[in-house]
Amino acid sequence: MQIFINGELHRLEFPTELTVLLQQLGYCGEAFAVAVNGDFVARSEYSSTQINNGDSLDIVAPVVGG
Amino acid sequence: MSDLLNFYGKTFNSRLLVGTALYPSPAIMRESVKASCSEIITLSLRRQNPAQQQDNVFWDYVRESGCQLLPNTAGCRSSREAVELAKMSQEIFQTDWLKLEVIGDDYNLQPDPFGLVDAARELVQLGFKVLPYCTDDLVLCRKLLDVGCEVLMPWGAPIGTGQGLLNKYSLQTLRERLSDVPLIIDAGIGAPSQAAEALEMGFDAVLLNTAIAKAQEPVLMAQAFKLAVESGRAAFNAGLMLRRQTASPSTPTLDMPFWQQAESMLRE
Repeated sequence: MQIFINGELHRLEFPTELTVLLQQLGYCGEAFAVAVNGDFVARSEYSSTQINNGDSLDIVAPVVGG
Repeated sequence: MSDLLNFYGKTFNSRLLVGTALYPSPAIMRESVKASCSEIITLSLRRQNPAQQQDNVFWDYVRESGCQLLPNTAGCRSSREAVELAKMSQEIFQTDWLKLEVIGDDYNLQPDPFGLVDAARELVQLGFKVLPYCTDDLVLCRKLLDVGCEVLMPWGAPIGTGQGLLNKYSLQTLRERLSDVPLIIDAGIGAPSQAAEALEMGFDAVLLNTAIAKAQEPVLMAQAFKLAVESGRAAFNAGLMLRRQTASPSTPTLDMPFWQQAESMLRE
């Protein structure tokens, strides 16, 4: 199956829990937040969120801003 | 005399809000923020891969600053994007304060008034303290107040232009008609004199970024803006004189020497 992470194509063997996927990708700590298909997913919902074929993830972190 | 900036239940000594972008380095950003004595700083969120997570000096500096964080929704082009990014900001920055931006035109980064009101309404209902970046349109500003914004941030000029207060008639109208609303001039300020002018007109504060960050000496420019904002506010509190069309001598005219001589010369 195919998913998009920050606009880049990734391949997964099967639908994966968001917590597991983030660990596999190397995201750690609390300085990031996630949206799936444009909808914010709270940290408390990671374990109950499954990433399926075609899903698009945005993973953001603090940056400078005006 | 106590003259604090007060909104959303918090008080601030400084009337200068600054952005954290465009500095030559994170260290210069940190020193500039310190020099500005700002207590509210803006920042944002962008996509990031795990490798970039390891070394976020900027984020370390920001956390150490002790400033009220004001995350923005810069770059959002719809109310939906802005609302979702706001939720992400709230989780990361642990604040319900938000500089709401919904951009309606890529050329001059003009706020989309319709998307802005829609997003503000939803975010206020979700409990956010919304500071909307808006135009100087009186009706738009009233709509933003109607949906629950306690503070408005009308532009002085398009972001990053340094043009100063382009539409003084509209800005003065806003100030007079919304006399009890905290108004912060956001964007377009290019020089300390322009910031001072905004404060002299009665605006409660200014928010700027590029003018400091892109100065040849950002730390020195931050000091200059601090002084200008303090000066402008003091001038507003002191009460500016009324403008006149004709000259009026400031030196007393009574007992002016020689005037009889001049008169007698005219008679001769």
